[in-house]
Amino acid sequence: MKENILITENKLDVQACIGWVSGPDTGGIAVFIGTVRNETKGREVLRLEFEAYGSMALREMKKIASSAMVRWPVKKLLIHHRTGMLAVGEIPVIIAVSAAHRDAAFDVCRFTIDTLKETVPIWKKEVFADGEVWVAAHP
Amino acid sequence: MKILAFGVAKDIVGGSSFAVELTVGKSVADLRGLLNSQYPGLMRLSSYLIAVNGEYASAELALTEKDEIAIIPPVSGG
Repeated sequence: MKENILITENKLDVQACIGWVSGPDTGGIAVFIGTVRNETKGREVLRLEFEAYGSMALREMKKIASSAMVRWPVKKLLIHHRTGMLAVGEIPVIIAVSAAHRDAAFDVCRFTIDTLKETVPIWKKEVFADGEVWVAAHP
Repeated sequence: MKILAFGVAKDIVGGSSFAVELTVGKSVADLRGLLNSQYPGLMRLSSYLIAVNGEYASAELALTEKDEIAIIPPVSGG
């Protein structure tokens, strides 16, 4: 399996990500695209700000790819995460997975985004019209 | 020793890095005790972990001056 892992301040490119995981031995591609939502619990969100502990985040993302490789027959796995300021509708994360059959593609896509949200040291701040909050920081 | 701070921890300690003097004990647990007393705001977080050299560290791990140490508040990527 091949992996493609990136943290960048630049815009993420969905078509390029799908292109990277494509191949003649692929029977299916699953893609998760995270997008910036315009509200949280009824409060209007103006933008999100993402910050990463870059070196450790890359290492944790590689661990996710390695565990996926051991557990599922995947062809290629791509994890791209953006940092910096993102407006409503923009894309902070893309997971793209190709496999010979759909089950592995769906399973790995889900496993990857779920694990990323639990273990990868990246943080988002929601900026509202009347304040800002680091997500999940406080009980 | 130098400590890196990210996300909400940066707001609590007032910067993206700062220095502490670890005098009593040298473990991650000792560092947590010191951080909690110097920055009580850390104890109001849902949780936080300490990373050493880019890996989540256990409480008993011994720290040295050369280690890259970071406060990892609850992550929220994706």
